[in-house]
Amino acid sequence: MKPPTDWLDQRTGYKKLLHEALFENVPGGARWRYVWGSTLTFCFAVQVITGLCLWLAYSPGAQTAWESVYFIQHEMWGGWFLRGIHHFTAQAMTVLLVLHLMQVVIDGAYKAPREVNFWAGVVLLGLVLALSLTGYLLPWDQKGYWATRVATNIAAITPIIGPGLQQVLIGGADYGHQTLTRFFALHAGIIPGAIIAFIVIHVYLFRKHGLTPKEPKKKPDAPFWPEQVFRDAVACLAVFATVLFLVIRYHGAVLDAPADPSEPFSAARPEWYFLFLFQLLKYFPGGTEIWGAIVLPTLLLVVLVAMPFLGKWKLGHRFNLGLLWSVLAGAVLLTWIAKKEDAGNPDYLTAVQAAERAADRVVALAQGPSGIPPTGAVSLLRGDALTQGPKLFARNCASCHRFGGEDGIGGVPKDVPSASDLKGFASREWLTGLLDPKQITTAHYFGGSKLKTGKMSRFVTEQISQFAPDEKTELSKALVALSAEAGLTAQHEVDLRDAALITAGREALSGDILTCTSCHKFHDADENGGAPDLTGYGSRDWLIAFISDPAHERFYGDRNDRMPRFGADQRLTAQEIGLIADWLRGDWYLPPLEK
Amino acid sequence: MASSHHPVPPSGSRRDFFAKAGSIVIGAALMVVPAVSGLLVFLNPLRRRGQGGGASNAVRVAALRALPENGEPRKFPVLATRVDAWNRTPNVPVGAVYLRKVGPNEVKAFNVACPHAGCFVDFRADKNHYLCPCHNSSFSLDGRVLDPKSPSPRPLDELPVEIRGDGEIWVKFQNFRAGTKETIPA
Repeated sequence: MKPPTDWLDQRTGYKKLLHEALFENVPGGARWRYVWGSTLTFCFAVQVITGLCLWLAYSPGAQTAWESVYFIQHEMWGGWFLRGIHHFTAQAMTVLLVLHLMQVVIDGAYKAPREVNFWAGVVLLGLVLALSLTGYLLPWDQKGYWATRVATNIAAITPIIGPGLQQVLIGGADYGHQTLTRFFALHAGIIPGAIIAFIVIHVYLFRKHGLTPKEPKKKPDAPFWPEQVFRDAVACLAVFATVLFLVIRYHGAVLDAPADPSEPFSAARPEWYFLFLFQLLKYFPGGTEIWGAIVLPTLLLVVLVAMPFLGKWKLGHRFNLGLLWSVLAGAVLLTWIAKKEDAGNPDYLTAVQAAERAADRVVALAQGPSGIPPTGAVSLLRGDALTQGPKLFARNCASCHRFGGEDGIGGVPKDVPSASDLKGFASREWLTGLLDPKQITTAHYFGGSKLKTGKMSRFVTEQISQFAPDEKTELSKALVALSAEAGLTAQHEVDLRDAALITAGREALSGDILTCTSCHKFHDADENGGAPDLTGYGSRDWLIAFISDPAHERFYGDRNDRMPRFGADQRLTAQEIGLIADWLRGDWYLPPLEK
Repeated sequence: MASSHHPVPPSGSRRDFFAKAGSIVIGAALMVVPAVSGLLVFLNPLRRRGQGGGASNAVRVAALRALPENGEPRKFPVLATRVDAWNRTPNVPVGAVYLRKVGPNEVKAFNVACPHAGCFVDFRADKNHYLCPCHNSSFSLDGRVLDPKSPSPRPLDELPVEIRGDGEIWVKFQNFRAGTKETIPA
């Protein structure tokens, strides 16, 4: 009986095909320098497999793209690993493309009759770079969003077709849903389809003309199988081992905070292999940019396409080689300069840290009890006191106030503060300092403001400093009670523990020994002396009312120093004031582990 | 097997000509309909629909009192209705502006987007200028390109400002095409 393989062969002719594939002649025998094409094919296969699996979970759309990638990265089984492989294999492909191109030119494999195959390779190079450009946007995070904005704005300076090209590419005048649907169609459909077509052409032509042997041949000719296949397999293994190492080392690919068109991203940089172009553009002053962004790359492409003709002459081949080596060296140099400039740029480093914090924070919020609302993860950050509080404080409060000596976002304003430092506002510690005769008139409290010479400062420096021990006991009780009015999260447990002390302190606050209520209102006790109401002092409602209108008669009235009426004058919205109040009170969502 | 035997290529008879021409015409016509209908959707973004990338009318951005008297610029988000394909979201940030008080009742407004490639510029109080964090373009307080080596082809884009009622600053927000010497609405 004939083996079943014969039956199948008669109907498909697979044996001939297999023979074609495996017994290609390798002139001069197997060599390590021939592996690059195979490693690229392998990488492309990895990208197809991982990409299709990512596709199963990805949803292009301004309110779903980041969210679905977040879900892949943080919720799905092995999602971070899959995404990591896709991310780092893409980087490996770029490196391997350069190696493959260099090997082809060094060995003269681009010369006649292999011109068309060389051009197919140049097209493939462009297609793979287009894949990484489009893929960078798909997570719709800050990094991808801003880098794509820059890249497409630069594409728009192409003469005549530029603006139309940009509009068609991003799907309108602005970046949004249609940018994602288009980039996704390009990334997952159109470009890979074109790559497959060109790989078929590339491999067909390669087989038609055969391998270009490196002279002198060291060994006799040998078939592709098994010696060269083995070398290719080992090279693929090395590539993949490197990819896996990077995936595990960096725990997959980075996912920044969701794209927010109104939130600038100073840490915006392209993927590292485009950094040299980014750096190059810095050297073209206004109006000449087209030379760096369009003319130079186009010229390089023209030379690349003309290389097979130039290579006919010995001098031409040397020119080709010299040019490629110079471009490579230039790219390495520019990348190094870009990295070095960034490493020495404190603003950039601060921006990177802020980006990392925002990325961690939005994940914590998404994993919190509220989850991601249908309006998208960007609204989580916009409504988060921990994220917005410092920025709002820096923009609106830090010209007078400080927060732990800083402006809220890590900067230290040059001027001396002219109002109190609000870190720990209304806490026992903060109030202890305020009521300390040595501290109240320092810049940390009332030193910089009109209040320095006010009644409260005088009361503290002249009377509290002379307090007898029993008066001091009363004061410490009152202080605990006043701080408890704020209901601070950080003091929740001590306030519960000190319930009896707080009750006594409330009486002390309204009592005759301390005479607080001769100026301040406190619950029912009210002498209406024109000082701020201490009822609910430091609580969310109290702070919101205070920030909204410090000149209200409940607070400073017409004795208000320079503090703007943020709410009454519509300088800030109610939501913004609420966010500042929550942030000052340390009131924001904390994931269980950090509590 | 039959597949191994190719028939003799037909001669150039009149009948053959019709078959050839017919095949090509029918084949091409069959592809044209799906291709053109696809192309229409592909090119749809070229249609102009109202004001691209900005609010069509002036919007209230801030109160005059919120600006420092010394003319230092302050950044404010511009809230308007954002249209993203099928979504209309009212009252969301569509961009941001730098506002600067230049007279008792006069305010200048700049779009924060760098005219080079669209990154947002930062005002640097210590150096009293604007700096773009992407490619280091710098701009003076009045928006002019400061360092001649800056890649920005034009000054910061100024926006029309109106002071209405009790010191309210209204700005006609608009984005402009990046990378051009001329100021062209996006």
